[in-house]
Amino acid sequence: MGKVIIPIGPQHPALKEPESFSVTLEGEKIVDVNLRLGYNHRGIEKACEERTYIQDIYILERVCGICSHSHSTCFVQTVEEIAGVEIPERAKYIRTIVAELERIHSHLLWLGVAGHEIGFDTLFMYTWRDREIVMMILKKVTGNRVNYGINTIGGVRRDISQELLKEILTSVDALEERTKYYIQVATQETTLMNRLLNVGKLSHEDAVLTGAIGPTGRASGIDSDTRRDDPYAAYDKVTFKVIVDNHNDVYGRTLVRVLELMEAYSIIRQSVQNMTEGPITVKVPRKIPAGEAFGRYEAPRGEDVHYVKSNGTEKPERVKVRAPTLANIKPVLKMLENYNLADLPIIVAAIDPCFSCTDRTLLIKDKKSNKSKIMDWESLRKYSIEWYKKRGIGF
Amino acid sequence: MIKEEEIKQEIIKNFSYLDGKIRVQRVRRIFVDVPYENFDEVFKHLIKNTGFEMLCTITGLDEGATFGLIYHLARKDGIVLNLKINVPKANPIIKTVINYFPGAIMYEREIVDLFGIKVEGLPSGARYPLPDNWPIDEYPLRKDWKPENLNQKMEKK
Repeated sequence: MGKVIIPIGPQHPALKEPESFSVTLEGEKIVDVNLRLGYNHRGIEKACEERTYIQDIYILERVCGICSHSHSTCFVQTVEEIAGVEIPERAKYIRTIVAELERIHSHLLWLGVAGHEIGFDTLFMYTWRDREIVMMILKKVTGNRVNYGINTIGGVRRDISQELLKEILTSVDALEERTKYYIQVATQETTLMNRLLNVGKLSHEDAVLTGAIGPTGRASGIDSDTRRDDPYAAYDKVTFKVIVDNHNDVYGRTLVRVLELMEAYSIIRQSVQNMTEGPITVKVPRKIPAGEAFGRYEAPRGEDVHYVKSNGTEKPERVKVRAPTLANIKPVLKMLENYNLADLPIIVAAIDPCFSCTDRTLLIKDKKSNKSKIMDWESLRKYSIEWYKKRGIGF
Repeated sequence: MIKEEEIKQEIIKNFSYLDGKIRVQRVRRIFVDVPYENFDEVFKHLIKNTGFEMLCTITGLDEGATFGLIYHLARKDGIVLNLKINVPKANPIIKTVINYFPGAIMYEREIVDLFGIKVEGLPSGARYPLPDNWPIDEYPLRKDWKPENLNQKMEKK
């Protein structure tokens, strides 16, 4: 039988983000994949050159809706290096806590998406319900569910109160209980294992050659984690294991992420324990002295890197961003080779490509009176529960 | 910063012309300015003999008369070496590094699209990240580029 080329995307139900695969098939087998990216390119690097450092924090935070703290932290710590600023201890711990909370929400989200892609929607419902615990904590700590706006050049913008720290610990306990259950699911549930084992193989050699990073690389035996190798924030003051797995497949990537959740809980507990009272910011002049610096950050999807060059004014000369997914493109094309078309969604999902989400407040307009009101999440939630109770659905 | 100094001395020992061109900015951060014509040998040496096995990304810079290109190379122990070359703006051509790092293909395509630097040896394929109908000779990350340029061209069409 001849080869067939199937275009998938840029808009396709199996993809959460615009990207365009053209998949060459021989029967059911994938023999070649071409990928066209760039549909989400918004010119952020150019935009950063036209704005001040402070404005850039908020732009760069919006590179991605899920790892927003990753991008803003990576940027501010790079600028702080150029400015020669040492931020207060407490700010370092707060950045670490938010970073790990972000990792928890991102990994739980991924676990749900992975479940959904293989038709295991119960797992999707479970993990996304549990993810709400961490989302609520993030909202209480930073004021936002995503795009936290906690960072500023020279520290963080909000302190975490003693009561809130206690609440974080309680939530972490609850999440840990749930994660233990997911570890059980991942290691004992035969349907899940049958579906994921030996799918999307990427040998250790190929992973090194193509430059796989983050959980994708660690599941192919690459022992690298920026948090340990090139520590930033308070990561040099806490101990944690770098999870490395040798399954080399989608199953391994699942295990790495689930086990990384356990490490995240431990990092948060240690940070809360080690934190001392003190200032959370130092004053940094608006004009950053001329210089350059290169910053690295272990985002939930892998290493995020920023390069900043300053020219002595209040606007940067150049900001370069390399988000983790771009580095994992070559590996994922390698993984797809010789698998069935039906495996494509889960293999692509397994590198956890970035997509953004959430609307937190709703503007509700009454068509008759033309009046509008803003509903926050809590009232919207209450409203929806009441609405269903009236119709006989209550829990 | 013992390791960083060791790397610095090791590079100078092999390439004496790099004496004075290496800056250790802080722990785990080294910046090296390499002459354009010596790029190949230094790059190869760093990967093969000095342990810089990872390429984080390639940054392009518009520096007036020349383009700067920084190859951010990383080692397993977290040391990053930022290798910089300058390419004349009149005829900007660099050689591809995908024979060392296949994953660099996306970084090089990005430089082609956003700076208009030619990359020798880059296989043909879909461009990244600009759209297919983007006008030719418009390179958005060059300093003299303004979004208005684009509007005028688009209107003419």
